[in-house]
Amino acid sequence: MLKSIGKTLLGAVFVGGLLVPHAFAETSLNALFMAQAAYSEADVRAMTDAFTKANPDIKVNLEFVPYEGLHDKTVLAQGSGGGYDVVLFDVIWPAEYATNKVLVDVSPRITDDMKKGVLPGAWTTVQYDGKSYGMPWILDTKYLFYNKEMLEKAGIKTPPKTWEELSEQAKIIKDKGIVATPIAWSWSQAEAAVCDYTTLVSAYGGDFLKGGKPDFQNGGGLDALKYMVASYKSGLTNPNSKEFLEEDVRKVFENGDAAFALNWTYMYNMANDPKDSKVAGKVGVVPAPGVAGKSEVSAVNGSMGLGVTAVSKHPDEAWKYIAFMTSQATQNQYAKLSLPIWASSYDDPAVTKGQEELIAAAKLGLAAMYPRPTTPKYQELSTALQQAIQESLLGQSSPEDALNTAAKNSGL
Amino acid sequence: MSGTWMTTRAWLLMLPLLVVMVAVIGWPLVDTVGLSFTDAKLIGTGGNFVGLDNYTNMLSSTNFSRTLVTTTLFAVISVAAEMVIGVLAALLLNQQFHGRAVLRALMILPWALPTVVNATLWRLIYNPEYGALNAALTQLHLIDAYRSWLGEPGTALAALIVADCWKNFPLVALIALAALQAVPRDITAASLVDGAGPFNRFRFVILPYLAGPLMVALVLRTIEAFKVFDIIWVMTRGGPANSTRTLSILVYQEAFSFQRAGSGASLALIVTLLVTVLAVAYAALVRKSAGSAT
Repeated sequence: MLKSIGKTLLGAVFVGGLLVPHAFAETSLNALFMAQAAYSEADVRAMTDAFTKANPDIKVNLEFVPYEGLHDKTVLAQGSGGGYDVVLFDVIWPAEYATNKVLVDVSPRITDDMKKGVLPGAWTTVQYDGKSYGMPWILDTKYLFYNKEMLEKAGIKTPPKTWEELSEQAKIIKDKGIVATPIAWSWSQAEAAVCDYTTLVSAYGGDFLKGGKPDFQNGGGLDALKYMVASYKSGLTNPNSKEFLEEDVRKVFENGDAAFALNWTYMYNMANDPKDSKVAGKVGVVPAPGVAGKSEVSAVNGSMGLGVTAVSKHPDEAWKYIAFMTSQATQNQYAKLSLPIWASSYDDPAVTKGQEELIAAAKLGLAAMYPRPTTPKYQELSTALQQAIQESLLGQSSPEDALNTAAKNSGL
Repeated sequence: MSGTWMTTRAWLLMLPLLVVMVAVIGWPLVDTVGLSFTDAKLIGTGGNFVGLDNYTNMLSSTNFSRTLVTTTLFAVISVAAEMVIGVLAALLLNQQFHGRAVLRALMILPWALPTVVNATLWRLIYNPEYGALNAALTQLHLIDAYRSWLGEPGTALAALIVADCWKNFPLVALIALAALQAVPRDITAASLVDGAGPFNRFRFVILPYLAGPLMVALVLRTIEAFKVFDIIWVMTRGGPANSTRTLSILVYQEAFSFQRAGSGASLALIVTLLVTVLAVAYAALVRKSAGSAT
């Protein structure tokens, strides 16, 4: 008797569930983004508003943290049982997130249109061990920005094609008294320093790991750090670079206190905005240089993706949101601070207009993007490298010793 | 009413508090101790029992010893400076002068600011390109070129200590001021009649009244300084070249950035132990000084 009542009840609930129109089942998603660079906070809010207008049954709560807090916030939220449905993740984290089950494998959700339309290089941002853990969203690498007026004053016709040339041109500019310290980098004890270092490692043809063991202490990895130290000691590099993050680099460049700066895509349109910048209209951009006999250009893969977390109770809605945010239409509309992941966007005049120079640099840079190693121990490796870079710059140890120590402390 | 009933009632009244204490302090502590004997990761499985490995590895690492030195330097210098500046500020604010009320209210401001706001403010002041400190020092001809205060190991820790002092001396000043106002007027007046100079009056008449409350301030500030995290995380993230990395930053990196919950737990317990030893030592001192004051 009891059993049958139970069954009837269960049946009623089941039928009732089917009868409830879907639109009434309002879902609330929590999403974590970063509060700097690439798309601005206002852009993300506008994109999300457009999504909720098209999907009134899905509500999205947005949260923004600085890049430096993004990883730890994601992991902590997961560890404490609460958490986000959608998270922004850096290219260096999929290995760790996959191993620790922070993100879910979304390979089956990726459509053929996505597979065909998105730039092949962009997929490396979200993949680990043959599976995809999200959609690429911010396609980014470091470019060499230069002040056209300063180069002209110094009688330099073309921006540098090799790192050697960069030093030579910087020396001319310094000697002529145009600017005291011509080059600005982000070498603070943070991931930013590892991104600049990686760009140089790619130029010198170095490896981070070989057979799973550290190899940055040899060959190109060592040459890269030696170049940084030489540039720092020569006075061509702004000595404050060792406490700069990307935004500090932007401010120095926009204030006309640097002839060259290494930074992400977002700086191009900001430095060309007369409201913010003293050098608007004089900003040139080329791919980061190469090394004679080794590389034509250099680039670090600094892309980021959007993924669904393993604790999300609404993975379908979360994916719908991600598909919208990464769609070609959305990305084309906001292409001024972050270039689209879609190949055909680069032939669309609506995207390229007014930033032809950046697009030209992007075509070369994005094709050369060099990955930082995919290992679940990335955070340890990066922390060890940051320390090696800073100790070498400060002259506390030689690049050789510093990198050997880093290799020992990398956890690999 | 019998004594035992009183005792029972006292315990009954305290019971809800005890339950809450066990739930929010006792259990996490026991859990952390358990965790510290495992190689657990932050996410995923519970981890295997590894005995004292986490402790021995941590205590023998150069990272730990170096960080302990940095933390001790930070705590000792900043707390000492805060005590001196705090007492001087209190003595000043205890005088009768025009605008005293406004000055007292203003003094609280740094202490009332959230630490992150304070840290961001000081980062701007120390900015190597556009910072106010560089501008002021060059205009006074004390330095001839702008300097990277947070970018040099030699100055970064000092710069952090200054920022921390600015934020925390008001607490000491506040406690000292309250104590000063409890000094009976007739005693200070009598010492004046007896011909005591300002120093002697402070040393023998006023200081005994201040000793107890200042001890409390000292204990509070030392414990907090030893656990310092936010101000350093915002201003230098432990850099340059780890010269400003304190114990709490090491715990954070170990447990959260590297996700080694077990190892992080052992380090957190070592820090807890150190702070407890300090607190107990101070408490003994407070009792002694309270005894001598009366």
